[in-house]
Order: sequence, then structure tokens, then C-alpha cells
Amino acid sequence: MKKGISYTQAFGTVLKRDLQIAIRHRGDIFNPLLFFVLVVTLFPLAIGPEPQVLTRVAPGIIWVAALLASMLSLERLFKADYVDGSLEQMLLSPQPLPLMVLAKVLAHWILTGVPLILVAPLLAVLLHLDSNSYGALIATLALGTPVLSLLGAIGVALTVGLHKGGVLLSLLILPLYIPVLIFATSAIDAAGLNLPYDGQLAIIGAMLIGSLTLAPFAIGASLRVSTN
Amino acid sequence: MQFDSISEFLNMGGYAFYVWLAYGVTFFSLGTLVVSSVRQKRKVLVDIAKKIQREERLKETRSTK
Amino acid sequence: MWKWLHSYADPERAYKLSSNLLPWFATLAIAFIGIGTIWGLGFAPTDYQQGDSYRIIFIHVPAASMSMAAYMAMATCSFIGLVWQIKSADWAAASIAPIGAVITFIALITGSTWGKPMWGAWWVWDARLTSELVLLFLYLGIISLYASFEDKVLAARASGILALVGVINIPIIKYSVDWWSSLHQPSTIRITEKSTMSTDMLYPLLINIVGFGLMIAAITIVRFRSEILARNGMRPWVRELAKAEGVK
Repeated sequence: MKKGISYTQAFGTVLKRDLQIAIRHRGDIFNPLLFFVLVVTLFPLAIGPEPQVLTRVAPGIIWVAALLASMLSLERLFKADYVDGSLEQMLLSPQPLPLMVLAKVLAHWILTGVPLILVAPLLAVLLHLDSNSYGALIATLALGTPVLSLLGAIGVALTVGLHKGGVLLSLLILPLYIPVLIFATSAIDAAGLNLPYDGQLAIIGAMLIGSLTLAPFAIGASLRVSTN
Repeated sequence: MQFDSISEFLNMGGYAFYVWLAYGVTFFSLGTLVVSSVRQKRKVLVDIAKKIQREERLKETRSTK
Repeated sequence: MWKWLHSYADPERAYKLSSNLLPWFATLAIAFIGIGTIWGLGFAPTDYQQGDSYRIIFIHVPAASMSMAAYMAMATCSFIGLVWQIKSADWAAASIAPIGAVITFIALITGSTWGKPMWGAWWVWDARLTSELVLLFLYLGIISLYASFEDKVLAARASGILALVGVINIPIIKYSVDWWSSLHQPSTIRITEKSTMSTDMLYPLLINIVGFGLMIAAITIVRFRSEILARNGMRPWVRELAKAEGVK
């Protein structure tokens, strides 16, 4: 009897496929990134160029902008697959659904989260972020953006079958983002004051592990509801 | 009774506006909720009744043809 | 026990049971809230620190505590509906959501009207206020998700998943907001400690808490009944009922 592909292979295939598709449509990667940069540049224009003020609000601005950018990019996580029917093929395949969902979310994070982390220090310079805070900024983004992708994917999976997903999606997932936002900005603030911030990082790490284990199941269940 | 007169009761020790605003909003929104919930049942039943009537009319027109 | 309970999964029996229970819950709720409110407004002693403004407590605390309890009840119903595929549980969850949202809204408004004379501001970013606001957003998300699906069976499942995700997140949100406000607001003004409250103030408060619980149950039953009727429009017994009551 012919055996199916192993779990690792299935994971790798889904991941590779999503990355390839994204590389062929580069706009999908760059648009959220551009949005992130634009939102951040609007703030100094709105609240004035005083370096002290900007230093004070920089962590919040960068994180809120990152949150919105990640939400903007989330919508296309399952949409194209849902429209062309490959999502249903994925649901029908013998491999466990949470595993493949995890591969898709990982691909999404590589495409949107990682560029965000790379651009963030540049924006931090524009906002006069305290020089002690750069490490904390990178660390919180590295630990926090996967959580955003995982939690957001639940919301996307719930709304993928609906026509008016946009505003509903933000209502569903923004409350869930609040803890990440709170701990991430406070870690950066603490770093700016030369205080230890490993506690906040540990909590964000705990959230990452928690959502990494639980979210794929919720996403899988939601997809089954949406494609019904 | 904690208050000596009705006007003193309505005055609420100078906090009349806040206290009565809180109670007013509460009972107004609860009242709206109750009324809309009670009406909901009536609306559902009317909808179903209309649907039945429509079906019966369809049946009649079919049988007369 | 299970057999007895399962028989109420049948919509017609559930409808009859809730019709029988409704008058009890409704009368008790009106009685409790009436007594508690009149006692609280007219007969409870004036607080020596806050004067008469503290009388908002008799609706604020019941609303606040019940907003969380209603969410837990809704999530439990969603869980039962998702795991054991009992439709009545889904309908009950769908009936609780709007009530919970209204109760949360009341808790926020009364908190705000109490905050203005006491703290001097309509809104402070206090931990409890903030997490209550987030709870309101969770309720609104569930309600609008339920409303956006045409197929209500799917709608119940989708909003059920969201409710359960919310349950896992509520303690995290609560904790993070508590921690956040202790960081940003070292001078939060404490409202009267519960334990030091005199019994003359405590009794009407407890009566109103029970009353709010009963009232939520009563309104849930009202909405649950119409939910049953709406989802079973093709059943003969519903059609009979519609013929008897629905024709204008």
C-alpha cells in the first residue's frame, strides 16, 4: 500500500507553495509594509516634531502601526485559496488540518512579520526612539508579530466566507491583540529607562507558545465552519 | 427612609444629575431590551404566518389551473 | 439524568419548559430589582465619604459582575453546542449575547456617571473600566459575527468558536490591563472596600445582584423562545402556533 506524504513533507509543501505564490505577487508583501511606513511618518506631522515628545510616544506608534499593518495583510491569508477552491482541497486532504494551517500562518509571518521587524529600526530612528530601546523593539516585534499572525488567522478563518469581512475582522481580533500591545510597549518603555524588561518578554513568549499550540486548532475548526 | 422629604430625595445630596442619569440610562436601556425581545417573538410568528399564507395561496392557484 | 436532560434538546419541549419558567423568573426579577433599588435609593444610609453619589453602586456593581457572568454562561452554551451538537445550546448562546452587551454597556455608563463626581472625569483609563470596555467589544464582535452569516447553524458555530477564544483571552486581557494600569496610574482612587461596607448597604446590593441575574435569565428565556420559533419555522407545532397567534 502506498503511504501518504509525511507530516514534515506536508508542512514543507504548504509553506513552499505559499511563499512561491507571494513572491510572484510582490505587491502583497510590499503594500502592508508601505502602509506601516506611511502611518508612522504621519504621526510626527500630526503631533509635532519635538524629539522629546516623539521619544515618549515612539514605542506606542510603532506597535499600533505594526498591529494595523498585520491586520491589513491578514485578509489575503485564506481569501485567494478560498476563492479558487484550494482551501477545500486542503481540508479534504488526509494530513491534519492544524498542521497545514500552521504552515500557512508561518508563511504569512515570514512574508509580513519579518519585513516589519527589518524596517522597524529605521522608523525608530525617524521617531527618535531611545537608543537603549532598540534591542527591546526588535525582541518584542520578533516575539509579538507571530502572535498577531496566529490570533488574526482565527478571525480571518471565521470571516473568509463572508462578503463584508473587513470591519468585522478588526472588531473580532483587535480586542485579542490588546495584551500583546500592552506588554510589548511596556517592555520598550522599560528598556528606555534602563530597567530590566525580560519579564515582559517572557510573558509575550508565553503568549506565543500558548497561541502556537491552541490557535491552529481554532483556525482549523473555523475554516471547517466557513467552507461548509 | 433615609431622606426627610421628596425634594431632598430627588436632590440626592447634590448628586442628583449623576445618580438619576445612571438610573435613567440603566432602566431605559433595560426597557428597550425587554420590549425588543418581546416584540421579536411576535415578529417571528407573523413572518411564519405570512409564509404559510403565501404557500397556501400558491397551492390554491395551482389547483385551480 | 442524561436521558432526562437530553429530552429538553427537543425544541418543542424546550419551548414549553421555557414558557413555564418565564413567569417565575420575570416576577422574581421584578420583585428583587424593585426591592433592591428602592431600598438602595431611599433607605440605605448615606456614605460618609461619597455622600449620596455612591447610590449608583446598587446598579453598577450588579451590572458589572453580571456582565462577566453572562459571558461565561454564553461561552458554556457555545461549548455545549459545539461539542455535543445540541442546537438548543447554540440558540441559548445567541440569545444571551445581546443581553450581555446591554449589561456591559450599563456597567460602563454607570461607572462613568459615578466617576465624574468622584474622580472628576467621565472616563479614566482605570483597569476595571478598560477591561469592561474590551468585554463590550468582544460581545459586539460575537453579535455581528452571528448576524453576518445567512445560515444560522454556521453562524452559531462560528460565533461559538469566537466566544471560546474569548474565554481563553479574558483572563489574559484582564491581567494585562490590571498590570498596565498599575504601571501607568499609581494614584488610582479606590472605591469603598467591600468588606468595610455596612450591612445596610450590603443587603440591597446583594438583592440587586440576584435580581440582575434573574432578569438576565428572564430576558434570555424570552429571546430563546423566539430563537426556537425562528429556527423551527417549518415544524408543524410552530406552524400551528403561528396560525393561532401570528395572523393579524
